[in-house]
Amino acid sequence: MDLTLDTYTLEDRTVVRVGGEIDVYTAPKLREQLVDLVNAGKFHLVVDMESVEFLDSTGLGVLVGGLKRVRAHDGSLHLVCTQERILKIFRITGLTKVFPIHNTVEEAVAATD
Amino acid sequence: MATVEIRFSALPAHVRTARLVAAAAARRAGVDEQLLDEIRLAVGEACSRAVGLHRRGGLNVPVTVTMGGEGERFVVAVRDNLGDPSGLAAPEPDGWDDVMLGLAVLRGLVEDLEVHQLADGAEVRMGWPAPNHA
Repeated sequence: MDLTLDTYTLEDRTVVRVGGEIDVYTAPKLREQLVDLVNAGKFHLVVDMESVEFLDSTGLGVLVGGLKRVRAHDGSLHLVCTQERILKIFRITGLTKVFPIHNTVEEAVAATD
Repeated sequence: MATVEIRFSALPAHVRTARLVAAAAARRAGVDEQLLDEIRLAVGEACSRAVGLHRRGGLNVPVTVTMGGEGERFVVAVRDNLGDPSGLAAPEPDGWDDVMLGLAVLRGLVEDLEVHQLADGAEVRMGWPAPNHA
């Protein structure tokens, strides 16, 4: 399944809802979306990964790149994910210590850095 | 050992195909269904690594994946053809080396993992239990 991206605003955050597979083929599309948002002045992002079916290290690299970009503007990037098979990849790479990961979009939006 | 061998151009689009073939071959070899997600991810990582190295090295040769039963194991070997990794082009613009991150995922994911540096490339070899393999 291809990557799907849907962006909306909730309170003062920009939520990117991601669906499908984030891999070496589709990750550039997500990277482009995150770069476009930052270039448009959106520095507080929530990436909702509840509909992601597959994530590999390329996808992780894109998320880390997004985090670095928003932090350069004193922004934030929070993740929403409850799927064990996706969370496992964050744990393996130690990135659970880098990203705030929430159970719901509402929880991520309410979180402060 | 190979019962299935695929060779594909070093294009990201083909990595998904390799993942799907590996999962199908693993299922056929009798691997537990609960391990199929891990196999899909691991084979994807190994193939992405090889594709990344070929592209950064400007190599116009295919990546080779062999898979099949070895005794009571299902074994997948992903082979790149980059003889000398020094002098590669810089990694992705985000500053993260996807090839290294991919290896980190592989090492954390697969217990039975070997990376062999060969004269004309490297082979990532991974195995999973397949007790019902005929």
